[in-house]
Amino acid sequence: MIEEKFPGQVLGTMTHAGQLGVMLRKDMISDICRYLKDEPLLKMNHLADLTAVDYSAYPGDTGPRFEVVYNLISIVYHHRIRLKVRLPEEDPKIDTVTPVWNTANWHERETYDLMGIVFNGHPDLRRILMPDDWEGHPLRKEYPLKGF
Amino acid sequence: MSVTETTEKEIVQKELTLNMGPQHPSTHGVLRLVVDLQGETVVNIDPRIGYLHRGIEKWMESKTYHQIIPMTDRLEYISSMNNNLGYAVAVEKLAGISVPERAQFIRTLLAELSRLSAHLIWFGTHALDIGSMTAPVYAFRERELILDLLEMATGARLTVSYARIGGVRNDLPRDFIDKCYEFTELFPKRIDEYDTLIKVNRIWLKRTRGIGVISPEDAISYGMTGASLRGSGVNYDLRKVEPYAAYDKVEFDVPLGTNGDVYDRYLVRMGEMRQSVRIIKQCLDKMKPGPITTDDPRYAVPEKMNVMKNMESLAHQFVLMSKWAPMPRGEVYVATEGPKGELGFYIVSDGSGRPYRIKIRAPSFINLSALPKMVTGNMISDVIACIGTIDIVLGEVDR
Repeated sequence: MIEEKFPGQVLGTMTHAGQLGVMLRKDMISDICRYLKDEPLLKMNHLADLTAVDYSAYPGDTGPRFEVVYNLISIVYHHRIRLKVRLPEEDPKIDTVTPVWNTANWHERETYDLMGIVFNGHPDLRRILMPDDWEGHPLRKEYPLKGF
Repeated sequence: MSVTETTEKEIVQKELTLNMGPQHPSTHGVLRLVVDLQGETVVNIDPRIGYLHRGIEKWMESKTYHQIIPMTDRLEYISSMNNNLGYAVAVEKLAGISVPERAQFIRTLLAELSRLSAHLIWFGTHALDIGSMTAPVYAFRERELILDLLEMATGARLTVSYARIGGVRNDLPRDFIDKCYEFTELFPKRIDEYDTLIKVNRIWLKRTRGIGVISPEDAISYGMTGASLRGSGVNYDLRKVEPYAAYDKVEFDVPLGTNGDVYDRYLVRMGEMRQSVRIIKQCLDKMKPGPITTDDPRYAVPEKMNVMKNMESLAHQFVLMSKWAPMPRGEVYVATEGPKGELGFYIVSDGSGRPYRIKIRAPSFINLSALPKMVTGNMISDVIACIGTIDIVLGEVDR
């Protein structure tokens, strides 16, 4: 359905353990999320989780480095979908989905804090878990586990 | 608390910025709130968290799947069984491990006991915050019984580390069933006692009715889950929606509120306690003897007796404990219903015995993000009631 509405935005789908993941381009993520939320047949109104994964150390992975992951569920129909967007290392920026779900505000702040993904148009993009003057983003793979 | 400057012509009211925490007694841990006040009215509130950040998600990437179980205890530390369970269910989904029925019932039973203990803490501290000094004494009396039961079954009172990938650590001791049954007989009467304390208490009603109201639409948009969401009347309980453990084999109702205020969320949680007792009773009745860990040879930890006698078991135990078994490549997001709401684990596996990335969707973290929405425009004293009603645990917020 996403492919019908937004041609060219879907890069691929994958399923593991019965869970559907859809790989998207980063350009229209905000519009796609709003469509998934408002479409009467889908009603994916609950953003359960938003996070990012650093794929730089994943064996056999050659794609862009970061992946932003949106786990959605519909409280009306109880179905889940996972949206994934790959972002390159040199430009880890994506549009915010805070206008669609208020909960994305803190999720995106956390992702920015720990992974260094910048969300364009976010109302209040500060660090949330680490101190304001912290250097580096701890969940990136090159960040040391100990030594501070 | 407002700062007023009197001049000859007029009274100028200035905003006052008040810092609550991180060691304020009613913030339930190291939560810091920066509150902007106009008189006694909250104009703006900014929760500052991270004082308990231990980098658990980063740390987990260097541990094997088995070693992570005790770390999940330290998330929502007052009901650690629910975290163990959520994590174990996620890993089982990732690798397609089946769990025997008896283990499912034991998990459900102990998860509900933990939920009761978490709700009792909430009840005691929430009532204490609002001024009922008696409630925590009553609540902690019954919590002690639950902790005794947990200790009997798991060996630990708080950080139980009891669920294993594919089952549970040990079977229940023989006298546990009787003790637990006695508890289920006793506890509903004790809930009636709690009701006599505050349910129709005039001070309690004045402090909670119509306070911290959040509409169903807002609650969903803010990602609230658990009793905080059901207080607004949204029927979303993962034990019903996506049953895990033995929740599809027991009957229970999902209490719902109507107004979405502090009082309705109180009623929902009290109702949940009664339902938990119902679930525990059914688990005790329906449990049958049987194996308690998976028979999947890849992931089944051998019995200790066999490890001592049998070379194969010894080698298998050694490999599992030091490296864990290879897991399928892929990713899962599995959510379970913790006492605070939807506890989700997003696990990315690269095929090795250690997770490539784990993201914990902590319900307290998300529920806390709705606090500004609840209290802005209300009085400063309502902030305390609202912190209590969203029922946060900072170990989980900060991870």
